[in-house]
Amino acid sequence: MALRIGCAAAPGRAQDNKTGSWRVFMPVVDMEKCILCGTCILSCPETSVSEKDGQILFDLDFCKGCGVCANECRAEAITMIQEEK
Amino acid sequence: MLQIMEGSHAVAEAAKLCRPEVVSAYPITPQTHIVERLAEMVADGELDAEYLCVDSELSALSVCIGSSAAGSRVYSATSSQGLMLMAEVVFNVAGMRQPIVMSIANRALGAPLSIWNDQQDSISLRDAGWFHLYGEDVQEMTDQHFIAYKAAEQHDVLLPGFVCFDGFILSHTYEPVDIPSQEEIDAFLPPYVPYNKLDAKAPISMGMYATPDYYMEFRYETDQALQRAGDAISAAGKEFGEMFGRDYSGHTESYRMDDADVAFVALGSICGTVKDAIDEMRADGIKAGLVKIRTFRPFPAAELAKALAGVPKVAVLEKNISLGSAMKGAVGPEVKDALTGTAIEVYSYVIGLGGRDIRKKDIRAIAALAEKGVGNMFYGLRTEVL
Amino acid sequence: MVDKSLELFDCGHRACGGCGPAMLARLMLKGTGEDVIVVASTGCMEVFSTPYPETAWKVPWIHSLFENAAAVASGVEASLKHNNRTEKVVCICGDGATFDIGMLCISGAFERGHDITYICYDNEAYMNTGIQRSGATPYDASTTTSPAGKKSMGNSLPKKDMPQILNAHGASYVATASVAYPMDVMKKVEKAVNTPGACYLQVHTPCSTGWGFDGSKTIEIGKQAIECGLWVNYEMEYGELKASKKVRRVPVDGYLKAQKRFRHLFKPQPVTEEIAKIQAIADANAAKYGIDIQLNE
Ligand SMILES: Cc1ncc(C[n+]2csc(CCOP(=O)(O)OP(=O)(O)O)c2C)c(N)n1
Ligand code: SF4
Ligand code: SF4
Ligand code: SF4
Ligand SMILES: [Mg+2]
Repeated sequence: MALRIGCAAAPGRAQDNKTGSWRVFMPVVDMEKCILCGTCILSCPETSVSEKDGQILFDLDFCKGCGVCANECRAEAITMIQEEK
Repeated sequence: MLQIMEGSHAVAEAAKLCRPEVVSAYPITPQTHIVERLAEMVADGELDAEYLCVDSELSALSVCIGSSAAGSRVYSATSSQGLMLMAEVVFNVAGMRQPIVMSIANRALGAPLSIWNDQQDSISLRDAGWFHLYGEDVQEMTDQHFIAYKAAEQHDVLLPGFVCFDGFILSHTYEPVDIPSQEEIDAFLPPYVPYNKLDAKAPISMGMYATPDYYMEFRYETDQALQRAGDAISAAGKEFGEMFGRDYSGHTESYRMDDADVAFVALGSICGTVKDAIDEMRADGIKAGLVKIRTFRPFPAAELAKALAGVPKVAVLEKNISLGSAMKGAVGPEVKDALTGTAIEVYSYVIGLGGRDIRKKDIRAIAALAEKGVGNMFYGLRTEVL
Repeated sequence: MVDKSLELFDCGHRACGGCGPAMLARLMLKGTGEDVIVVASTGCMEVFSTPYPETAWKVPWIHSLFENAAAVASGVEASLKHNNRTEKVVCICGDGATFDIGMLCISGAFERGHDITYICYDNEAYMNTGIQRSGATPYDASTTTSPAGKKSMGNSLPKKDMPQILNAHGASYVATASVAYPMDVMKKVEKAVNTPGACYLQVHTPCSTGWGFDGSKTIEIGKQAIECGLWVNYEMEYGELKASKKVRRVPVDGYLKAQKRFRHLFKPQPVTEEIAKIQAIADANAAKYGIDIQLNE
């Protein structure tokens, strides 16, 4: 959408901004402990946790490494580890 | 068919004929009769619109943004303090590119409080990105509403516009006026087709924030659009003339400018008095003329320069004061700028503030001052009370 | 029914890690569904979600000014009504935009009874401009305009009771929620948008940056606020209390200690009389909303 008609845009470009680059600590899940309660999925402010075929997945393009998911996991299945970059 | 009608009621009729879907305004003298009449029209089923009795002018124009963004044609009206209370929204509307039309019954700004006329309110918001039309009489200000909607809604414009007219002097005066029929206006002004709108079926974000990488370009585009609004106003004014016999293609209108030695430049109802004064002066051998500014934004510099070419002296009659400025009036410097490179002398005269009467003899006296090269001043001060 | 899997708030937005308001943006849209138009106020959420041309909003969204969202929403609603459109109209505005500068437009919109849902994301200060006090800032919180100092214990005024103000306007549904309880947020949003008339939802959205806690604790802090009674989740219909979240209340100290904005209450030594005043606020909340789980229950 052109600048000609005011400060408006269609959705789709937010993902240009890969917030994963902000991350210092990275969430890692231990599926042995995970009870698939879904809390981490609902709690993530970045919509970066999902579940597929019984696996908890993190979208590292956008995960900011805030640690909310790890903090909220009742099963203590998620740990935040220092990321090698 | 000519009808004798109060200015405000003629404006309300014009607004109604434009078929706004939402009307949102807050009462303030001297705009009140417009919004009261519109409320009556809605109450009587004459106008099928949502009429929102809002809490303030801030809300009035904000409501208009929402409705306009959702795809509706909207109407509002205000004056003076009301316009100032909504000032932040006024700028916002233009940046949001919403083609809202708002009537301004021009009135002085406090303090001191004054309900009477001058043009300080709308002139003070000249940089807000709206186009400004000024009417000289009830007929002109009525017609300007149709033209304003037509121009504003062009997809290469998409900007809001003020239709300004002098409070009381025009808003509360009864004059014969030709009100077009609904069929005629429907033929002139098609339903509003938004370029984009808030719609769950095709989501967009409106009014995002801009980083320094984009902000200047947005401002540039808004200015470009306002320049294009000039052409759209002209085109709509011409088409209106073809349909209704009253041509508004010019942003300015010249009166007895042939061989004039002194030219007045003015906006609004004062032009009537000036024309009468010019007739008398001409009868007495004083060669005076008038260039009336009908479109103040975008500023019709080229047209003015052409109209004023060859006139030695120009007297700009200012119903506003740009406090602290060198020329005192806000319009004078722009006229002067339009005449850059010529030997024409331009003077501003601040007159008629807060409802002070302007008589033919005042116009004559100002012509004499301009001839002598005396200007950039208040004219008509009661020095005895100073 | 709320569709939990519906994602209408895109990633890539620029909120701080663990941002409570960002959590709410996502949850809120799960509650509204796609058939919605969102009206925002100036503030953190607007700024982090819409730097041109990157918008995180996959639903129609509009921002005009800091203080006028309720009026803009009124206008949107009027237009929709006129054209028999079905979208729900939802405001999402900060506490500053709501408790302070937006009062005029909100009062007008609620008085007129537009069919809108006004959601306040309450992070208890003006965060976007650098953590200044608002009418929602709790008693004794230190902010940049209510700093604790030798002669100040921080914000000297109690939190304004905004929900009651809207009850007094005759709002059909007024409720509070917290991002610490996502299901509750989604359910209340869904209920509000499906309740005719003007509805108000005030959601506690802890802000790690403004309150001074680690971003991983956003939900934990939110839960602590509820467990000590300083935040109460309740629902009201036409001014009548219908439900409130019951808790086995703990003293306020733990909640306060966990945040830098209350640090001056404990360092160099505990200011017991001030802590007691805050405890009294929690006690009053408990009595007013009946949140204490009785032993015999
Ligand atoms: C009329 C006006 N006054 C002040 C501001 C500056 N301002 C922008 S956002 C903001 C604070 C927003 O606070 P809140 O509504 O609580 O949202 P938050 O940033 O905390 O998310 C202020 C003071 C403004 N944009 N407009
Ligand atoms: S919160 Fe923990 S237990 Fe629940 S789904 Fe996520 S990883 Fe598994
Ligand atoms: S660390 Fe934060 S951003 Fe990353 S997945 Fe967990 S909650 Fe989401
Ligand atoms: S300052 Fe607070 S509200 Fe603003 S983005 Fe950061 S965490 Fe969110
Ligand atoms: Mg805030």
